[in-house]
Amino acid sequence: MNTVWAISTVVIKELYRRKDFYVLLVLTTLLTLAAGSMSFFNENTIVRALKEICLLLIWISSLIIGITTAARQIPSEKENRTIFPLLAKPVTRWQVVLGKFLGCWLACGITLIVFYVFFGILVGAREHTLPVAAFAKLMWMQWVALGVVVALALLGSVVLSAPGPNATLCFIVVLGVTFVGPHLGKVSVGLTEPAGTLLYSIYFLIPHLEWYDLRDIFINDQILPGNAACFMATFYAAAYATLLLVLTWARFRRQNLNT
Amino acid sequence: MMESVVQLKNLRVEYPIASGSSVPKLAVNGLSLDVRQGEVFGFLGPNGAGKTTTMNVLLGFVNATGGEARLFGVNVREPIARQRIGYLPELTYYYKFLSAEEILRFYAKVFGIERMEADRRIDRLIKLVELEHASKRPLKSYSKGMQQRVGLAQALINNPDLLILDEPTSGLDPIGRMKVREIIQRLKNEGKTVFFSSHELGEVETVCDRVAIVHQGQLREEGRVADLLAKYKTGLEQIFLDLIGYKPQAIT
Repeated sequence: MNTVWAISTVVIKELYRRKDFYVLLVLTTLLTLAAGSMSFFNENTIVRALKEICLLLIWISSLIIGITTAARQIPSEKENRTIFPLLAKPVTRWQVVLGKFLGCWLACGITLIVFYVFFGILVGAREHTLPVAAFAKLMWMQWVALGVVVALALLGSVVLSAPGPNATLCFIVVLGVTFVGPHLGKVSVGLTEPAGTLLYSIYFLIPHLEWYDLRDIFINDQILPGNAACFMATFYAAAYATLLLVLTWARFRRQNLNT
Repeated sequence: MMESVVQLKNLRVEYPIASGSSVPKLAVNGLSLDVRQGEVFGFLGPNGAGKTTTMNVLLGFVNATGGEARLFGVNVREPIARQRIGYLPELTYYYKFLSAEEILRFYAKVFGIERMEADRRIDRLIKLVELEHASKRPLKSYSKGMQQRVGLAQALINNPDLLILDEPTSGLDPIGRMKVREIIQRLKNEGKTVFFSSHELGEVETVCDRVAIVHQGQLREEGRVADLLAKYKTGLEQIFLDLIGYKPQAIT
């Protein structure tokens, strides 16, 4: 576990020593501040619009950070050849995959905390209340979903060596499973066989990231899913991320690396 | 009887067929070697002879197609085989956003070295490679020679019993070369094993106990430096050129 932790801390250090992370952070902050300064609706509408915009920005920014960070980890280790001194130590490729995953996921968590604290201050200033428990649940579910996304980007990075196409593909897949995925089940009912069964199977096989998007429920002041439901969703995401990480390792472990 | 540190038995490495070729590229062809504890072993050959591929197999970067490779009697595929080795690559391959101290701390963690012991070793190694003035600066601000010294320090962080050096003096200035040579000599005096590839045959002649010369993936000659010099009655450079079949062409 020492090795996995050591690898993950390097990932986190790299992220906060890179300029693009701060650019994204400042950009999100500025956009949120700009949204927060709007005053051409009544107070309720402003707060609602503010929440919507902020949460959308947080989702997009954290997705960008999660995917781009994970997509470049293994390819940049190979390109910069830092993988060689690392693998020359008693380090398994599974530990590399796990360390990279943990680093990217923790980096996403740190980013989310920064974003949500800022969001909380902004909303609290407008509404004069701060639903901390709801915020925590919202953030937790998003972080859990990012675990699956990071694992997916890592798998992509050992299949496609260039981080750019991998990141683009991951964005398309994540947006696809989030927005199109939930409707596949209904669409499959109206299809003839075997297309119907095939689509229904796909519906069951894809990760249901839409479960983790609680933005609408939160914005509309509806009741958020209970702890048991969140626990089940966490378990589902953990199983999915584990499967993706095992596939990443299976692909990476037999790859020849020439100095 | 000294412990066998590096053991290769009939090692064979093939690379996948390149486009336009019908046969796979044979990088190493039936190579057998046995390096014993306390030896400084020079692994020589022209470019493309299979030296780096052999080292890549020993370090677990490349899978052998056939034969066997062992470090301290353990199959190189097992990560534990690399617990007692230090590796210095030809070029510097380290995280440029970390400082020398952070890099050493990272590798110390990977080896499971306790914090206090790691601090002690980091201080000693930073002094050894003379980087006290720059140890907290990120590597991206280092010169090539300084980065190579970080490489040397990281290769020694676990106090290895075997040091694998891939052309360690390549691109270094005379002081850097001397420093590497001194360290090899010091390790030899401590009873450590050093396995290194080099094109600097004069240097090999000075520091090595035994050498192996490979060409086209096959072992052409192996033995004690003194024995080879006596057998061929010429210098190591000429022995090397003869064994790889080099014929000088007249310059017109």
